[in-house]
Amino acid sequence: MTVSSTVRLQREPFDAAAEAAKLTRGSTDVGAVVTFTGICRGTEAGEPIAALTLEHYPGMAEAEIERHVAEAIGRWPLLGVTVIHRYGRIVPGEDIVMVATTSSHREAAFAAAEFLMDYLKTRAPFWKQVEKADGKIWVEAKQSDDAAAGRWREGGGRQAAE
Amino acid sequence: MTLKLRYFAWVRERVGKPEEDIEVPAGVATVGELMVWLASRGEEYAHAFANPKVIRAAIDRTHVKPQTPIKGAGEIAFFPPMTGG
Repeated sequence: MTVSSTVRLQREPFDAAAEAAKLTRGSTDVGAVVTFTGICRGTEAGEPIAALTLEHYPGMAEAEIERHVAEAIGRWPLLGVTVIHRYGRIVPGEDIVMVATTSSHREAAFAAAEFLMDYLKTRAPFWKQVEKADGKIWVEAKQSDDAAAGRWREGGGRQAAE
Repeated sequence: MTLKLRYFAWVRERVGKPEEDIEVPAGVATVGELMVWLASRGEEYAHAFANPKVIRAAIDRTHVKPQTPIKGAGEIAFFPPMTGG
């Protein structure tokens, strides 16, 4: 079965609800849709921030996300996948990233959405810089994100759902 | 061998430019060796590559390890651990 997949990088805001609706509209096969949206918080490490700026590696970012979408499609019985990641300046309250997955049953949709987010955080070439009152600083990578991505590797606890 | 190098995030800021074409001397065979050689090119490079263990690399837009050979590479990028999502 052909899986409809969309990967988009953009500076502009997106409408997560409308994007998720596109995946289910007109389909009678979809039994589950899982949508995750990552939002810019107003604080980083307990301090207020004015904005986030996301730098990315054009070309590689798309390729890396496409690769993981293809892996997710190979691993779980998905019907549709949408990944949208913004770059540029984003202020608190705005959406940064969304992942939506559809499947006949919930297990695959949940697992694939979580897998994609875990990999996006550690493998997609994006870097966040926060604007604070005393200047701009690069966000440091978290070990907990590496651990989250690591659990999907071969032999890890999370295997493809039937 | 002439290579296109690209730098992102704080690696870019420390080197002071987003990209450059560079003639790499024979004998620099791997990504790790390239970082060591780059670090010797001046103060800004020494600062950027002071701790090569934390720097990630990609050859032609695919993640690679420090021991990966650079032979045949067109574009090599250096950047900090990723913080997207």
